Amino acid sequence: MIRMALHLFGYDLRAFVRNRQSQFFTLALPVLFLVIFASVFGGSGHSTEVAGGRISMSVYYVPGIIALGVIAACFGNLVASVTAQRERGVLKRRRATPVPAAAVIAGRVFTSVIIAVVMAAVLLGIGWAAYGAHVPGRTALALAVTVVIGAASFCCLGYALTSLIRNEDAALPTTQALLLPLYFISGVFVAVPVLPHWLADVGEIFPVRHLANALLVAYNPHTTGLGFAGLDLLIVAAWGAAGLLIAVRMFSWMPLGR
Amino acid sequence: MDSISKEYGVDQAAAGPARSEPVVSVRGLVKRYASHDAVAGIDLEVRRGEIFAFLGPNGAGKTTTVEILEGFRQRTAGQVCVLGHDPATAGGAWRDRVGVVWQESQPEPGLSVRECLAMYAGLYRAPRDIDQTIALVGLTEKAGALGTRLSGGQRRRLDFALALIGDPELIFLDEPTTGFDPSARRAAWEVVAGLRQLGKTVFLTTHYMDEAEYLADRITVISAGHIVAEGTPQTLGGRDHMTTAISFTLPDHVQARDLPPGLRSLTEPGPGGSTVLHSGSPLAHLQMISNWALGRGFDLPDLDVHRPALEEVYLSLTGPASKKDQP
Repeated sequence: MIRMALHLFGYDLRAFVRNRQSQFFTLALPVLFLVIFASVFGGSGHSTEVAGGRISMSVYYVPGIIALGVIAACFGNLVASVTAQRERGVLKRRRATPVPAAAVIAGRVFTSVIIAVVMAAVLLGIGWAAYGAHVPGRTALALAVTVVIGAASFCCLGYALTSLIRNEDAALPTTQALLLPLYFISGVFVAVPVLPHWLADVGEIFPVRHLANALLVAYNPHTTGLGFAGLDLLIVAAWGAAGLLIAVRMFSWMPLGR
Repeated sequence: MDSISKEYGVDQAAAGPARSEPVVSVRGLVKRYASHDAVAGIDLEVRRGEIFAFLGPNGAGKTTTVEILEGFRQRTAGQVCVLGHDPATAGGAWRDRVGVVWQESQPEPGLSVRECLAMYAGLYRAPRDIDQTIALVGLTEKAGALGTRLSGGQRRRLDFALALIGDPELIFLDEPTTGFDPSARRAAWEVVAGLRQLGKTVFLTTHYMDEAEYLADRITVISAGHIVAEGTPQTLGGRDHMTTAISFTLPDHVQARDLPPGLRSLTEPGPGGSTVLHSGSPLAHLQMISNWALGRGFDLPDLDVHRPALEEVYLSLTGPASKKDQP
């Protein structure tokens, strides 16, 4: 099972790297967002209030855009590619082989998680090189665990949404329509203290806010202790579990939109 | 059902290459949707090593049946046994022995032909050689090309290769040449005919009569969820008992009533002033005609001998007239 999942992972990753849409939306866009937001709002000593003190806006954007990168890889890209695979009969054909269903799904999830981890590392590198921000050693583990929990949870949500989309052309617009407003009200594009209270409260409902916050806690140089944001991680994982439940009940190998 | 079998010569066919175990065995299969029965109680049997054609117009229930046999659809009623297992509950070991080519499936995005085959080969216990399989379907020159860059006919050949890579015993081909141009169809037929040489059992669905006639050992015709005929390409629908039409145009000075007495009663006027003779023993009658014409010193340059084409038999079996009789 694991051998077959890894076998499929190798080919899924290769297909990902060769796809222009995924290159742009998953690899290039998060980097572009970090550079743009940090340049526009992070210049000349702009700072924002975080737990334990103040940090420069350019440093503030690093964990937020990491959240965006994780979500782009595990949710946006996964929904688009799995929906396309299903509608084009690729999943059905894979299902006709002896491969266990779980191996097909695990191989694809593994692809997204690896991309998410790589994106997180790249964004951390840019934050360190350009804005002099670095992860405190004592919270590095918390950051890594948060990335992986976030990645896995958003993969589950991705499979859930895929089961609800009937047409591959609808996949990308649907994920973007869901995510863009959430990025604005979840502290990814705009610092939470700047948001009106009611808007911040709406953001609190959704997992984007909690993943961004958990990453900020692990990234914030003023954080004391190990940097695990327990409640945030729990909420993200709960959303993931709900997604998993929907995915298990509704996942289809057969094209839906004929 | 038994009466149809006897009438259309299935029993004779069964005495020939058969006697081996059935690879596919279906009894009383029903697939019911909310408003109608897509498959209304059919029996099928496919034997090892044969190419079996399941023929019928669009919407007759072919794809529904084949997807039940592949394990992709649940049946409403009936018994189904494929390679000794019920497809509805069979697992990976069973799928290791079955290959499938669907009507419409697109290539794995981002992978070349060879990569795609390597990926699928890794999912089977004892796969075939990759390059040999690519050669078998005639894609050697395209082995390095992305699957998504292939033409329609080449994509279908890639599908064939993917269905063969696990070295299956039984291969399902669901309308393998729909939408192909004539040369691509010929090429696909050669691949299917090649499967016979490999000793594979092939379950072919098609709505093309000529495809079934060219490829199949046995044909079963389905129409509106019912089986309406079974037989070999030669015997289907009682074709072997039908008369042959011999048609010709007589010279201006000769009339049909001048024909030898034994032939005269068999003729009727054909289109464009021609004469059509319905013959139950065409060879003898042709000899009589040619002796008669040559004795009188003229030829019959537009002489045509026409057996009822399988297509005509098929249209009469599945046409609106035959549907009237059904429940």
